[in-house]
Amino acid sequence: MRHVSKQFGAVQANRDVTLEVASGEIHALVGENGAGKSTLMHILSGLHTPSSGEIEVLGRDVTGWDTRAAIDTGVGMVHQHFMLVPTLTVAENLVLGREPTRGVQLDEARAVADVRALAERTGLRVDATRTVAELSVGEAQRVEILKVLYRGARILILDEPTAVLSPPEVEELWTVLRGLRAQGDTIIIITHKLDEVVAISDAITVMRDGRSIARFATAETTPREIARAMVGRDVALALDAAPSAAASAAASAAASAAAPVRASATVAAALEVRNLSVRSDRGPRVIEQLSFAVQPGEIFGIAGVEGNGQTELLEVLAGLRRADGGSVHLGAADVSLLSVRARSDAGLSHIPEDRHRRGLVLDYSVAENLLLGRQHHFASSSGSLDRDKIASHAELQVKTFDIRPPDASLPARSLSGGNQQKIVIAREMGRAFTVLLAAQPTRGVDVGAIEFIHAQLRAARDAGKGVLLVSADLAEVLALSDRIAVMYEGQFVLVQPASQCSAEQLGPYMTGAEREVAL
Amino acid sequence: MSTSAATARAEGWLMRGAQAMLAPVLAVALAMVVGDLLILTYGESPATVYRLLLEGTWGNWYGFGQVLYKTMTLTCTGLAFAYAGRAGLFNVGAEGQLAAGGFAAALLGLWLPAATPAVLAVLLCISAAMAAGGAAGAIPGVLRARFGASEVIVTIMLNFVLLAMLNYAVASHLSVPETLHTEVMRAGFVPRLGGTFAVFAGSAANWTIVVAIVAAVFAWWKLFRTRSGYELRAVGLQPDAAEYGGISVPRTWLRAMVWSGAFAGLGGINFVLGYKHYYEEGFAAGSGFLGIAVALVGRNHPLGIVMSALLFATLSQGGLAVNALVPKQLVDILQAVVILAVATAVPEVQRLLRKSVAGLSRRASSEAGA
Repeated sequence: MRHVSKQFGAVQANRDVTLEVASGEIHALVGENGAGKSTLMHILSGLHTPSSGEIEVLGRDVTGWDTRAAIDTGVGMVHQHFMLVPTLTVAENLVLGREPTRGVQLDEARAVADVRALAERTGLRVDATRTVAELSVGEAQRVEILKVLYRGARILILDEPTAVLSPPEVEELWTVLRGLRAQGDTIIIITHKLDEVVAISDAITVMRDGRSIARFATAETTPREIARAMVGRDVALALDAAPSAAASAAASAAASAAAPVRASATVAAALEVRNLSVRSDRGPRVIEQLSFAVQPGEIFGIAGVEGNGQTELLEVLAGLRRADGGSVHLGAADVSLLSVRARSDAGLSHIPEDRHRRGLVLDYSVAENLLLGRQHHFASSSGSLDRDKIASHAELQVKTFDIRPPDASLPARSLSGGNQQKIVIAREMGRAFTVLLAAQPTRGVDVGAIEFIHAQLRAARDAGKGVLLVSADLAEVLALSDRIAVMYEGQFVLVQPASQCSAEQLGPYMTGAEREVAL
Repeated sequence: MSTSAATARAEGWLMRGAQAMLAPVLAVALAMVVGDLLILTYGESPATVYRLLLEGTWGNWYGFGQVLYKTMTLTCTGLAFAYAGRAGLFNVGAEGQLAAGGFAAALLGLWLPAATPAVLAVLLCISAAMAAGGAAGAIPGVLRARFGASEVIVTIMLNFVLLAMLNYAVASHLSVPETLHTEVMRAGFVPRLGGTFAVFAGSAANWTIVVAIVAAVFAWWKLFRTRSGYELRAVGLQPDAAEYGGISVPRTWLRAMVWSGAFAGLGGINFVLGYKHYYEEGFAAGSGFLGIAVALVGRNHPLGIVMSALLFATLSQGGLAVNALVPKQLVDILQAVVILAVATAVPEVQRLLRKSVAGLSRRASSEAGA
């Protein structure tokens, strides 16, 4: 792709981008949110036509082709959001659009056989006869990749494939991608996680502000150099932060020696959970008799593969879900029966795990989002909203938390992922609180914003707040936490000071291979 | 500095207003083109027919009075649909709620002593109309909030139930012999515009039009300037985020349905208090359903709804004016084209439709699963 530009109305999504991918390599396309990576790939896969520039695939000029032509030539894209029919089987999903038929009937047996053969050849093992609704997220993604391969793709585009995967699933994906490369396929992977780039790619193209900034051979570069190209300046990486976290963990280990004294002096924990049991929407208990406490001035990190009860735990703590038994205490107060609003007023802040579904009303302006959950503090007794107070509050928060662009009247939908998350952070941390629930606080957020959010969480800890951190990103939990719990099937299978934890050591606990309940 | 900020805000308002108007204006233009073709197939001149349509509505005071009369009811039913729509609900029950409001106002007017002070009687009758409409809206509201029953189906069916009950009450117990209406009320009269401005003489237009405009301004204030409106719109846009923000989604739904019904019920005072001073079977038949179209074209915005109600009232009155040359159904077709064009163009409408279809199919599949 040479000198490609793309304009959407007033927005210049791509300017003069050049991307060169050798056949048979794994090429990483990296950049912050809104750098234009997805747009570029949509152009390559025929979803968009470029405003200018030219595209050549396998030596042929294909500028401005459509998706059908792209598929016929062997270019296939695996989208970030799955496009599968949940009620159909894996085989049915794969053959959708080009079904093998016997007369007018679907030749189910042949479809299954085809899919099995393909799965065998590529190492993407998945049961062809199960319905997609029964699959885990990792399996569903394998089906997406298989679907593209089934259509004959030899150039695969993967849009942030690991965003939904657990660490073991990521490893499996890497194995599959390496296998495909060995068979001569070309893979372009969009990501903004540096460790993944280093782990999997042969070459890297960095994008920023719609431009292609740099091209590296992975073997000849460092994460620091890549990060600098992405952001345009030096950044503190979580990797760098590890030693300082260890230092602070050491400090808190010293503090935990004093912890029994604190407990006997009956100084209340910031947040305490006693014998909590929770049922999922489907009925079975997902959390059984869970107890723990988060001390003031502590970041308590919960690691674990998603779907082991973390979501339900946070919903119960925030008041969004009813507990099946046990109690939740905020300081000295039992808040088990209080509403979301009452808990918020009692000093509980909550960064929800899914900002698009829960954390923001996307069609509300930044200013309106900044009062969600606090709207009763911005209304007079007659119920009318105090617009001056809302405006000045928004202006202050936008400035304090560096929300860009600095215009609080824009709809939240129009901001980049990192800035959307800053709205949530500003709302939840830019007010008086004693306990912060931070769920996946940096998911889908660019490097610069991650740095900022991590600094905010540390600052909250240093200001004496109790922080409960839940993250699927193990490096993040390790870098920030003072104490770490590993959650598996609704239980803490390990709780220990972060200074004694390493990724290698936690891995077996996360997958349930080992358990040691140290409560 | 502050003046330039004020100018910028005013410009923003104008820009948004112009953008919001674009789809409806284009829709009307499209409808006129379609109308041209239809008129030509009748062998008439489009220019003549449209001139007649305008003369019969905005061209003389009587016609304009009739337009204003129809605008009142349509504004109220439009507000009813929009208010529920902003909370993510599809209130198709304005037809029944409107009748309930008119019936309650008439009943109270019959019962009040003739000596009741006029202002008090009118206020009481207005309250009765809103309360009755609100109560009719509360039924689907409770069923949705408490049991998750689809408000679309409940409101549609409730129209039949309410109208049948009211018709029974009137036909069997309250009607004047040989008619389908009740006795004339003793108190609660709203004067006609013709009484103040002689030019309107003979037209049904009355001062309840002011009540409708006040209701629109009130709805706008409530939706966009109050905490409850903020919460209601949040529930409509993203129920999960609203719940996270400490807002009770079911309670908000119930409140939205009650207010929605109350707006529809208010429309009943136009005929009952302002025009005939009795309740009559089918006194505003069709206005409830037309309110849906009014709200869609008015983009679920109270001020847009007033303008859109004026448009639909004009078309509907214009149909009578051109009846001599072309069948008045021509105007029904024009209305339908406007609705279809706007419905395809307006994003809020698309979202609302998608949501209610998805909701219905989800419910259907979960029932099939159970």
